[in-house]
Amino acid sequence: MSASMNAATTLVEPTAQVAEGEAAKKIEGRSPWRLGYERLRRDRASMISVAVIVIIILVAIFAPVIAAVIGHGPNEQFYSPVGLNAQGQPVGPSSKFLLGTDTLGRDVLVRIAYGARISLIVGLVATVMTVAIGAAVGLAAAYFGGFVDSVLARLMDWLLAIPFFLLAISLVSVIGPGLTVLIIVIGFLGWASVGRIVRGQVLSIREKEYIEAARSLGAGPWRIMFIDILPNVIAPIIVYTSLLIPVTIVAEASLSFLGVGIPAPTADWGQMIADAQTVYQYGAWWYLLFPSIALLITTLAFNIFGDGVRDAFDPRGDQLFV
Amino acid sequence: MARFLIRRIFQGLIVLWLVTVAVFLIFYVGPGPKGVARALAGKSATPQVVAEVSHRLLLDRPIWVQYGHFVWLLLHGNLGYSFYHDQSVNSIIAAAFPVTLSLVLGAAILWIVMGVLSGVVSAVRSRSLADRTFTGLALFFYSMPTFVLGLLFLLFFYYELTIHGLALFPGSGYTPFTTSPFEWFRGLILPWFTLALVSAATYTRLTRGSMLDVMGEDYIRTARAKGLSERRVIFRHSLRAALTPVVTQFGLDIGILLGGAVITEQVFALPGLGFTTVQAITQQDLPVIIGVVIVASAAVVVANVVVDAFYAVLDPRVRLH
Repeated sequence: MSASMNAATTLVEPTAQVAEGEAAKKIEGRSPWRLGYERLRRDRASMISVAVIVIIILVAIFAPVIAAVIGHGPNEQFYSPVGLNAQGQPVGPSSKFLLGTDTLGRDVLVRIAYGARISLIVGLVATVMTVAIGAAVGLAAAYFGGFVDSVLARLMDWLLAIPFFLLAISLVSVIGPGLTVLIIVIGFLGWASVGRIVRGQVLSIREKEYIEAARSLGAGPWRIMFIDILPNVIAPIIVYTSLLIPVTIVAEASLSFLGVGIPAPTADWGQMIADAQTVYQYGAWWYLLFPSIALLITTLAFNIFGDGVRDAFDPRGDQLFV
Repeated sequence: MARFLIRRIFQGLIVLWLVTVAVFLIFYVGPGPKGVARALAGKSATPQVVAEVSHRLLLDRPIWVQYGHFVWLLLHGNLGYSFYHDQSVNSIIAAAFPVTLSLVLGAAILWIVMGVLSGVVSAVRSRSLADRTFTGLALFFYSMPTFVLGLLFLLFFYYELTIHGLALFPGSGYTPFTTSPFEWFRGLILPWFTLALVSAATYTRLTRGSMLDVMGEDYIRTARAKGLSERRVIFRHSLRAALTPVVTQFGLDIGILLGGAVITEQVFALPGLGFTTVQAITQQDLPVIIGVVIVASAAVVVANVVVDAFYAVLDPRVRLH
């Protein structure tokens, strides 16, 4: 094939060859990945959200540096009259405490910086876990079909039928709170939605001719699943992953808000907001407002980025993800 | 049709049964039972008293005996008795359910109206200023954690207004409709909007996407070519077809929330199912937890069956699968 094409090009007139050479430079082959990436790069909103996400990540990484520069530790308590007023209530934003203090006289700014760590760690790790389990189960269910599929599909229905918060709170209250527990609970309860999407995708791919071709060449189930099918569902998986990160971050913050998240005194946004609930009626608006804004900016940035990734890698708009 | 429904109901019952097994295992195998007997018996209780308490609650019996007892009661419509409150689980749920129902139904009306209208406008005037505004707002509220919105509402519309002498909304609590319809309404405005705004975002996006899809179909071009008014094309021909995924989502959301709008109830101290469960979980009040989880899962299962039935009526092809 390529030999005949080469032969064809040598036959072309020299002048035409130059023109065609230029055109060839422009029409170089680009992989779908490259195209998606380039579309993403051109999307201004996505690029701004990436910048915001990078800043949040830097804040999380350099939280100890921020604490050192300000001179307040994340769990360092400043008593009345420095960090708390005469009534024992938090003090508002000032040159000493830029974002005010909390109920125990700790620096809200420093705690927000440390809180970013928990949000990002849980958001990323739990999402990856959710997607890995969901993709594996969805792939296996659709590939093997029959009895395996029935059981796994029912399992997914079942998990989706259970109210998330009720079961998450129940599980954490039985196992006991902690970072690892939180990640496992979110991952364990969340994979079913990924599983459903992957299953649906694989069901249609399974019937394609090239899968039949692979099977007739003697490929085993593992090879077909992971070498032939998986690469073709990677795009929706990546899109779903990016859309799932903010959902996971909110889930973590909500569980911490309900008191079954990260145990005190570790700084965590959801927990700070829950704590602020007790003092905003006394005028400590900063303690409620600033962690809320931090959380909102984070979820907003990840959502805008996720939307951008979806538009870039799923340009047909297959309506898989809302 | 009847066979399809019977099959779905049967599958729903299996899901429910699995839920009872899972919840039972989580709580009765976990460290709960011992803690419960100890907590109930009091601090200075002798081991003998603790043993007596666990015996009366059947906590010292093998797990299958406890499960059998639980299923036996359940089949008689009895969800058992709370460990802590001198009340049956049935009456606790009966007291909490109207609160959740008031919250969810009011919010649902708000969010379906806001979501569908903004979605239709966005789709019809695609890329206009209105579209950009609604899409932006949808993204904003979609990113907003429920408890953050609820607390910001409380901060601005309860606290700030109240200290400036304008006590429009109560800060927390629930007044039954039968006591005072006005107070019931006043107390629920902030919770309604909290739940509705957070949920409406999904509907805006869903309606917009679905409308855009449908409006590209040939039959819409035909409708226009017939000379129908644009209004008729949008509402009769497009919206009707575009609403199918919206209705699905609506059914599932209502089902999940009727089991307890946990976060909203918590923020506004509304004693609904979600609030009750969180309390029961912190106390390890096992019968109450199990009762609410069963009721909540049943709500989801029923919603699923209703949505499926609706689908089957709308689209005969579904019945074949």
